[in-house]
Parts: sequence; structure tokens; C-alpha cells
Amino acid sequence: MAKTLYDKLWESHVVHQDEGGAALIYIDLHLTHEVTTPQAYEGLRLSQRKLHRTDKTIAVPDHNVPSTSDRMEKIDDPESRLQLETLKQNSEDFGVEYIPMDDIRQGIVHIIGPEQGLTQPGKTIVCGDSHTATHGAFGALAFGIGTSDVEHTLATQTLSMQKSKNMLVKVEGELPVGTTSKDLILAIIGRIGTAGGTGHVIEYQGDAFTNLSMEGRMTVCNMTIEGGARAGLIAPDGKTLEYLKGKPHAPKGAAWEAAVTYWQSLKTDDSAVFDKEIVIQASEIIPHVTWGTSPEDVLPITASVPAPEDFDDTDKQSGARRSLEYMGLEPGTPLDQVPVDKVFIGSCTNGRIEDLRAAAAVMKGRKVADTVTTLVVPGSGLVKYQAEEEGLDQIFLEAGAEWREPSCSMCLGMNPDFLNPGERCASTSNRNFEGRQGRGGRTHLLSPAMAAAAALTGRLTDVRTVMEE
Amino acid sequence: MDKFTVLTGVAAAIPMVNVDTDMIMPKQFLKTIKRTGLGIAAFYDMRYDENEVERPEFILNQEPFRKTKILIAGKNFGCGSSREHAPWGLLDFGIRCVIAPSFADIFYNNCFKNGILCVTLPEVQVDALTQKADGAEFTVDLDSLEITEPDGSKTSFELDSTRRHNMLNGLDDIALTLNHIDKIKAFESKQQAQQPWLYN
Repeated sequence: MAKTLYDKLWESHVVHQDEGGAALIYIDLHLTHEVTTPQAYEGLRLSQRKLHRTDKTIAVPDHNVPSTSDRMEKIDDPESRLQLETLKQNSEDFGVEYIPMDDIRQGIVHIIGPEQGLTQPGKTIVCGDSHTATHGAFGALAFGIGTSDVEHTLATQTLSMQKSKNMLVKVEGELPVGTTSKDLILAIIGRIGTAGGTGHVIEYQGDAFTNLSMEGRMTVCNMTIEGGARAGLIAPDGKTLEYLKGKPHAPKGAAWEAAVTYWQSLKTDDSAVFDKEIVIQASEIIPHVTWGTSPEDVLPITASVPAPEDFDDTDKQSGARRSLEYMGLEPGTPLDQVPVDKVFIGSCTNGRIEDLRAAAAVMKGRKVADTVTTLVVPGSGLVKYQAEEEGLDQIFLEAGAEWREPSCSMCLGMNPDFLNPGERCASTSNRNFEGRQGRGGRTHLLSPAMAAAAALTGRLTDVRTVMEE
Repeated sequence: MDKFTVLTGVAAAIPMVNVDTDMIMPKQFLKTIKRTGLGIAAFYDMRYDENEVERPEFILNQEPFRKTKILIAGKNFGCGSSREHAPWGLLDFGIRCVIAPSFADIFYNNCFKNGILCVTLPEVQVDALTQKADGAEFTVDLDSLEITEPDGSKTSFELDSTRRHNMLNGLDDIALTLNHIDKIKAFESKQQAQQPWLYN
């Protein structure tokens, strides 16, 4: 029978099939960070268990890490400090490879997996973080888990789970100039809704995805969870191999050749059937921005803030009413007239080198508006290094933006970077939930180029108009 | 994990769609290294104002809903972040069952890992239960897969047999999996032969 890529990845990892429908799935890579592991290690200690094996787990601090240059000398928040120390101690006690904060490889867990070549096609990858979906860009089955499942993976290198359904999102044709991978995934979420992929694994097919760089594909897969699916997939191709070749943990020599042969078999059969299919035309997608408090509350930048009555569904109407009140927006206001106080460029969604290049291209030779504070936070030490080699840091600094150290930073404000009540932020992160970036903070999700444009004008702005000047 | 057989208690309705786990458990409470003590933080921004004073209009701040054991929620409950701190907070508050038209996948799984029963029912049935959630006690029976409402009427629900069995018996998932340790090792041997680059 014809199979999807997800079917193949699933079947190649079944250790045991339960009569009740659950299967035991083998996990090839376990990424860990400080927030979702302390209770898992505590559980192992209480039950006197060890890791089943230590060579498939790696640890890196990211969420609580300050983005300021004095971060090695001091972390003011005692709880953050304790959580970071706990990760280091647990990693040492249980024999897990740990990347310390002062290592150039340190960064957001979903950025360092690919950078280190740990993320590979065909692998099953888990992490106590919902944006683990990122790694699906390589044709790996990657999904977020809770802390109980972190403990289960540490103890057994497996997870007990039910197979998801197959969903296909096909975007045909080429994206217009000025439209990026972020706009693409925001448009998809706008179309399917935040529960559109629930119970499914989404495979992305079509020119719009194959034309993207690996960084762009990671942005798309990263936000799959915002469409309700735990995992997103893009079949590996020449770009995937080119990205991986020579990375520290990528196979070498004959092993590389053998791996490539296997990886090239990882694609959906022509006649495979999906449980759900969506087709979108790429040519129709222009830069997008969110207006509400759910990622599905998204519109093209040329649109205006909607009114609750614009929606047919009563749930959507009540949701929009609450969103508009929280966001402090009046229906009918053109989105490109909404002023912003802060701009955040970074996160596991858009903290890669290509994202920083896109933002720098917009900011080059221009100045950030006086009313705006702009934070540029590279996703890893290696991204930071590369950006500085290319002189991007100077472009940001000369424009009046702040150039920071790698961290999850203002995506969720567990470190000292957060919004104050009522502050409005143009953010390249992934969630515009109430309070996500700080209690009372108002988030507008957009691409790095659009965030840079907002920094220059002090309001949400169609980046295409800035680039025309 | 504690067994779940029959639960009787007050049911509170929060009829909002897309309630995310940031809303159930804001980030400032994720810095803990413990599982316990998060009940006070559940629905924090909805429960307390900027000065950390209770909002009297929020249902869980009202009697008898301070003793809520059953939560009746809207579509796509628990979407967003994978933080297990969200179910830990609900559990610590005293909530052991959530009834909704649909749940986000990761949250749903996290609840069962902590002995919280998630019951999925058609929207019209959830709406009907919401109407009856006036403070009187409901009973949720996992053995018979039935909800008994205050007026005695019953609503049946479905649950996959593995989850039901594990909840009824309070089984430790890791111990269950370790029963298959030989299969796990056999899988590793076979995978290593076929994909040796995964074992460098």
C-alpha cells in the first residue's frame, strides 16, 4: 500500500504495537533544556532509575538565559539561576552531554540541533518544547512532549503513543517578492486555524516549500504547532543534504554515502492518500501580520483590523471581542497604522542567520524610530558569530537597534526581556497569546523583514513600501 | 499516578475557545523545579488583577467553584506550549477531569500522564453540561464511561482502552514500558545494523 512520509517514519520506529492501539516508538534524539527537565530528573531519582542510554540526549540552556553581555557574571533572578544550575547538575549526574552558556555552540535548542548536525532526516526527535516541530524541515519526525514524557524518554528511549492522521498542505507556485517563509506559515495558520491540524501530522509539499532555504523550511515547520499539529514534515532533498554535509554530528565518509541513500528514500509515495488536504496558491500570499491573541488572528498587512461581526462563527465573534479589547485595537483601523513600542527579532522561529540577513537588508543605512526599542537576539552563538563576520551587527547598531546574546529572550520573557503592561511589540516569535511576552503585553507576529520595517517607521508597515524607497 | 475510578465534585464552566497553556499557567511559574504547589497559579491572569488581588467575577474565585473538581471548557482547550506545568496547576487546584469538545494533542496527553481525565464530547453536549454547571455536583465514572448530572441524567463518553486501563489502575507508564526492555534492545540492534550512522 502506498505510504506517506509520516507512515514510513512511524513504521520504521515501532518497537511494540499494543492491542489498545498505542505503540512504543523509538526515539533517536532527545533535546533537553532547563525548563521542562528538572521534574523529569527528580522522577528518575525518586524511582532510582537511570537513563536507558546517554548518547542520544543533549542539553543546552536557553529559556532563562539573559541576552545581555554580562550574563556570565550574574543572573539576577534566583529562580532562573537555580533552574539553569539544575540542568547542568542533572546533565552531569546522569551523564548527558551539556553545552554550557559560555560555549559558542550555546543557543536555542531548536537552532543548535540542526547546526550541530544532530537533526537528520529519518530520525525521531523529541524535546520538552512544542516548537520541536522545527526539525521536521529535515524530514525527521519531531514533536514536543511534556515533562512526564521527557522522563519516559530518558528512562526508556521510547514513547508510548497513538499514530496521528496524515494531513497535506500543498502550496503551489512561487511566493511573490517580499513574501517570506514566515508569511507563508502565518497565511496557512490563518486558513486552517489553530486547531486545523489537531490529531494530524502535516506534510508540506509544493514549490513554495522546496524553493525555501533550510532556514525558511524550519520557520514553516516550527509554527506547525500553531496550526494544531504536533509535527510538520518536508521531505529531504538536495538542499537538506547540502545543509547537513560537514556539520559536526553529520555522518562522514562511507557512513555519509549510506545515510544519503537511505534519506533519499524518505518521501511520500505518489499514490498515497492523506486524511485531509489543503491547497493554497503561493501567488496570493503577501506579507502578513497578526491582529489578535491567537496565531489564527492573522491578515495581510494591507488589511484593516476586523470587527467581531465580520465573523460568521459565534465562537470567533466572542474570541475577536476579547482579543480586540486585550490588544487595544479599534475595528477598521488599517493594520499599517498601528504604532509599536518594541520590536523583537529572534526566537526559534526567526533567530537564524537568514532571518538576521533579511532584517539587516531592511535596516541597512536607515534609522530605527525614536519611539521604538529594538532587540535583535541571535538564536545561537554560531549565528551571532556568523552575523558579526558579515557585519550585520554593525548594521543593527548603526540603525539604533540592540545586538544581544543568544537566548529565547522576548519570545516568552522568562529571562529579563519582556513587555510591560500595554506595550505593543512587532515580534518575529511564534505566539501572540495574552501575556505571552509579558503581562498585558500586546504582540503582533510577523517576519524579520516586516519587523525591521516596523522598527524604522514605528508602526506596523508593509516592508515592500520601505524597500521601494 | 493516582487511580481514577469515580470522581464526584463541583463542575465549573469556562466556555472560552482556544484557551492556551500560557493562560492556564503563565511563564513566571515555569521556573519551578517542583511539580507541586502550582494550584495557586492556575489561570493566574484571569484569577488575579495587576495588584494580585482576586477578580471576584472569575468563576474559580466564587463559591462553591473554589472546590471545582471538574472543568467544562471550550474547543481546542490547552493549545500552545507543551508545558506540563498547566496540568500540574489544574491538579494542584483540585481539578481531575476536564470536559471539552476538543483538546490540543500535547496537553491531552500530559493530562493523562498526571491522572487528569480528559473527556471529549460533541459541542452540543458540552453546551448542555455547561448550562447545568450551577454549583451542584457531577459524577464522572471512568469504569462505566458515564457522566451523571445533578438531575440524575447521564451522558456517555468514549476513551481509548489503553488510557482507560492505565487510569483505572493507576499504572506507572515507565514501569509498563520497561516490561518491553528486551524489545527495545532488539530494536536498537536491528537499527544499528541498518543505520550505523545513528550509533556513532
